[in-house]
This record gives sequence, C-alpha cells and structure tokens, in this order.
Amino acid sequence: MMLIYLIGSLLLVLALALNRKKWINYGLVGLYLILLWALTIFAAFHINETDLTYFTFDALGVLLLIILSIIAVPAMIHSKIYVEQHQETGGVRAIYFVSIVGLITAIGAGYLANHIAVTWIFAEITTLSASALIYHHRNKLALEGTWKYVFIGAISITFVFIGILFLSLAIHQTGSGNLSYSSLYRNAPSINPFWLQLAFLFIFTGYTVKLGLVPMFTAGVDAKDKAPAPAAALLSSVLMNLGFVGVFRVYTVLSNSSLHHWVNLVIGIAAFLSLFVATVYMLKVKNIKRMLGYSSIEHMALVMLGVAAGGIGYYAAILHIVLHALVKSSLFFQFNQIYRVYKSKSIYQVGNYIKYNPTGALVLLFGFISATAMPPSGLFVSEFLIFRSLFQAHQLWLLLVVLILLTMIIWAFGKNVFKILFTPPVGFDDTHVPIINPIESVSQFVLLALAMYLGLNPPAEFVHLIEESLTLLPQ
Amino acid sequence: MAIANRLMSYIKVLAFQGILLFVVAFIQLEEINPLNLGFILLETVVVKAMIVPWFLMYILRKNKITREAEPYVSNFFSLIITTIIVVLTVLLSHTIADSGLDKIFFIAAMSSLFFGMYLIATRRKIITHVMGYLVIENGIFVLSLAVGNEMPMLVNLGIMLDIFASVLILGIFLNKIGDVFKDVDVQQLNSLKDV
Repeated sequence: MMLIYLIGSLLLVLALALNRKKWINYGLVGLYLILLWALTIFAAFHINETDLTYFTFDALGVLLLIILSIIAVPAMIHSKIYVEQHQETGGVRAIYFVSIVGLITAIGAGYLANHIAVTWIFAEITTLSASALIYHHRNKLALEGTWKYVFIGAISITFVFIGILFLSLAIHQTGSGNLSYSSLYRNAPSINPFWLQLAFLFIFTGYTVKLGLVPMFTAGVDAKDKAPAPAAALLSSVLMNLGFVGVFRVYTVLSNSSLHHWVNLVIGIAAFLSLFVATVYMLKVKNIKRMLGYSSIEHMALVMLGVAAGGIGYYAAILHIVLHALVKSSLFFQFNQIYRVYKSKSIYQVGNYIKYNPTGALVLLFGFISATAMPPSGLFVSEFLIFRSLFQAHQLWLLLVVLILLTMIIWAFGKNVFKILFTPPVGFDDTHVPIINPIESVSQFVLLALAMYLGLNPPAEFVHLIEESLTLLPQ
Repeated sequence: MAIANRLMSYIKVLAFQGILLFVVAFIQLEEINPLNLGFILLETVVVKAMIVPWFLMYILRKNKITREAEPYVSNFFSLIITTIIVVLTVLLSHTIADSGLDKIFFIAAMSSLFFGMYLIATRRKIITHVMGYLVIENGIFVLSLAVGNEMPMLVNLGIMLDIFASVLILGIFLNKIGDVFKDVDVQQLNSLKDV
C-alpha cells in the first residue's frame, strides 16, 4: 500500500505539474485525497505492520496520519477558494497544488517511517516543498521569508544528519549496525551515553525548525506569515507534528537508557524558554498570522513540558498535539476571510469583524476559546493534564511561572481577538466589503467541534491509539 | 577561506575541497566497488568540484556581485578565531575515549562545521552564506567517513538527492534575490517584522 501511495502521489504530482486546465487540476487533487484516505484506512486496519521495509503503521504514526487526512480535506477546499479569489494563472496554480500535494505526501510518509534516516529524508522534502508555497506571492517579502526558511531549514536538517551519524557510530559499537527505530529501542541501554547525548542535542536542535521551539523557531514564524493561509494552516499544524514525531521517537530511545533524567532536563529547558519567547512576542505582535504562529510555539512548548514531566504528561502531550493541530488549522483557514474583508493583516486596520461576517466571527471566537484552552474546549483537558503532570513531578515553581506566562498570553491573545471582533477600525471604508458565504466556514466549525469532542469525550479507539504509542516509554 | 578577500578565491577553495574529499574517500575505501566508486566520484568531483563552483560563478556574474567578501570582522580576528576553532576541536577529540572513531576525520569534520557557521555569521553577502552552508556539507561528508556509517544504499541515495536538491533550491532563490533586491546583502532581509 505504501508503494502504491508513494508512486501514486508522484504520478499525481507530475500530472499536476504538466496540466494547466482548472478542472483537471481539481480532479487530480481530489484523486490525491482519495489516495491519502485509502492509505489512512489501510493503515488503521494494519496497526504495527511493516510495509515496504522502511514504513511501519505504528500507533503514533497512524494517529497523526488520521489527523493529517482530516486536515488535508479542508486545506484543499480552502486552497481552491484561495486560488480562485486571487485569480491565479494556470502555471501558478499548478505549482501551488504540486507543492501542497508534495508537502502532505512527505509529512504522511515521515510519520510512518521506521528508520531514522527515512524520517530525515521526508523532513527535508517538506522543507523544499514548503519553500515553493511560501514563495507563492513572488514579492520581496515572500522572497525574504522563503530565503530565511530554506536556509535555516537546510542548516537544521544538516544538524539532524550529524546527530544521525553520531547515532550510527554509537549503534555500531553495540554490534548491530541498524538505524531503524526498533533496533535503537532494543539497544538503547547499551549505547554509549556520550554519543547518545551528542546525537540527541544535534537532532533536537535540528527538528526545532519544524517543531517551533527555541532555538530555531524564527524561520517557521516568517514562513507562516508569508505562506498563503491554507498552506500556513498545514505548516502550523501537521508539519509541527512531524517535528514532534522526529523528536519524540529519539526521545523514546533516550528515555530507555540511563539518560532519561538528562533528556527531560534538556527538553524542559527548551520548552520553558520557548514559552517565555512566545509570551514576549505575543505581547507585542500586531500581525494576525504571526500572532497565530507564536501561539503555535506556545502550544508546542506546553507539549514538550508535558513530555519532560512524564507520567500522565505523555498522554496529555499526544492529546495536545492532536487537538492543537485541529484548532490552529481552523484558525488559519478562517484568516483568509478576514483578509478578504480588510485587505490587511495588521490588527490596527482590522475591527468590528462581527458586523461584516458574523459566521466567520463566530469561528474566530470559538477558535480563540479553543486555542486558549478555556473550559468547553478540548485543549482544556490536555492542558489541565499537563499541569497535573508538572504538579506530580514536583515542579511547583515551574508550574507557577508557566501559569503566569500563560495568563499573559491569554490576555494578549484576547485583547487582539476582541479588537478584531468588536472595536470598529479607524478609517475603514466599508462600502466595498465582499459578502462571504457562510458555507466557507463549515469546515472550521467541524474541526473545532472535533477538537472539543476528542478532548471532552474521547472515543475508546482514540484513547487506545494514544496509549499504544506510549508503551515503549518507561512509566 | 577565513582571510580571503575575493569571492573567486572562496569558490576556488570550495572546488579544491571537492577534489580533496574525493581523494580522502578514495583512500578510505576498503574495497573498490564500481558502484560505490562511481557514486563517490559523482558526488565529490562532479558535483562538489565542478557543478557547484560553476553555478556559484554563474550567479556571481549574472547578478554582478562585487568581488569583495565584505566580512564584518577584520581578517586578523578571523584568523585567530578559526585557529581557536581548530584547537578546540582537537582538544574536544582528545577527551573522547573511543576506538571506533577516526580522530583526524572527526577533527576535520567538526572544525569545518563550526567554521561554516562562523562564515555564515560574519559575512555580509548572501552568497557567502551559501558557501558557509557548502563548507558545513563538506564537513558532514568527512564526518560520514569518520563514523564509517553503513546506511542501506537506498537511504544513502535519498540523502544525497535531498542535499543536492537543497543546494539547487538555495541557488535558485539566491538568483531571485539578486533579481529582486539588486544588492545581495543580508541587510536587505530585515523587513519581516511583528509590528
């Protein structure tokens, strides 16, 4: 199935690249979505089976693949709306769909890879395909964002590669020179800790570009700012999950060795610094897309704090990345409608949105409630569990500071969102405001409702998948 | 490279590094396998010593980039700092008690990694950033020889293709920057802001 999926995607990408007809393009994208869903359903029924040597349908991979398939559908619908709104030429549209299909394919394959170097290969492909999406508008600012993303992405991916080389040296000494994750887990206790430490530092630093943590978070925020909103939705949800997968699998190796405490410390420090940085930027940011990007950094920091605290934190971390992906992508999908009304990303020039687009305003309001983890939202459950894990790990001071920082983030986020919703903008001429069809907001409501449902009343299969993906961790 | 003033000498050093890498890899080969040899030949001599330098020269000429490297720090300090980098990596490698590691290769790889980053941090032109990235790539090539990694052929191929593609994409966007900004200087790239 994996072979069919990869070859099928490649053929569809080629066909998309060669075709300039509008409806043929849409048809090919529809075919791709069917292929993606076929793989997802196949994978869900073949848990823990290996396909094509380098791919295993393990619980974590399948869970994230399902989320990817769910988000891919509205991403394509909103891409279609976006492309038509901007009246792109055939060539530009073809490049856009080629890169977005390439991006989704690479992310999905990266989730399922069972060999550390194969994850690396697909992570690199995501950088390349994302670069074409960020450069979509072909202006100065887009070029700047693309250059920064590609350059930092290239450097970071070399860092990951250095880490993999150190790991290969270390695993070689244990007698079995195989870099698949299962072999790494098995040999974890006997690997030389020095090389393991060095490898983890490099791999973690490298994947922070995708994951959005200190030290290399900056390029990701620029990318989300300049990429078209449907693509930015993918960048800030499923692509971040790929970074999480890359880090989490190596983390699992280290947690089975004598370095468990050390690795928790490293992740915890990076996560805390990221939360701090996110707070500082949230307080001063005036660009809506960048604000959403910094909010993603905050959530990933919370996820990594949960992983570092351990215990119930592991469960909460996986739950949190799933719910965050749904909520954040729906907010990004909604952003495009805001832009169509005001033709601006700046909070200064946006306001009284509820008057011009009531349905869209409701999405924004619910999205804000979800993203800040207020009670009816599913993220409330996962954040609460993360706090509990910090409490159980006896990190009271850390918890206190984290809560203070979160309060500041909620204040800044809320101030900006309520300005967008209710305060009339200065000097805004509302004679030519386009009427936005409420149907365009349906997918966002579905995603937000799904996040609420999965958080408050998780189905047994969902809980089982999360628990299954944590079995290799020491409890 | 630390104290060269002209961009052309940077390119020449990069081409020379490509040939050196081939020689090192050739000596390191335990058995001459035509497939492996062809692969290394393609990667070092053809790509690193010919295509990439040619491409960089093409970009230099097409965008009329001035020939000075324009570092932020003086050559004297650059020389001192690169020396310190090499000395530190030598000291670091001596703290590692590991028989499976080829120390000379490890030192060469780590020092070119850190030197590449130093080059990126201290040069004003964007094209020198790409050169710094290429130096890091060369360091990684040496590192992969040092650890004698035995990745499956398919995986190796994927890695090589990816690296090649990233160099290509960097080149393409560098070209675009040359077209759009008229001056290939990192100072131009500071308009993405939060406010």
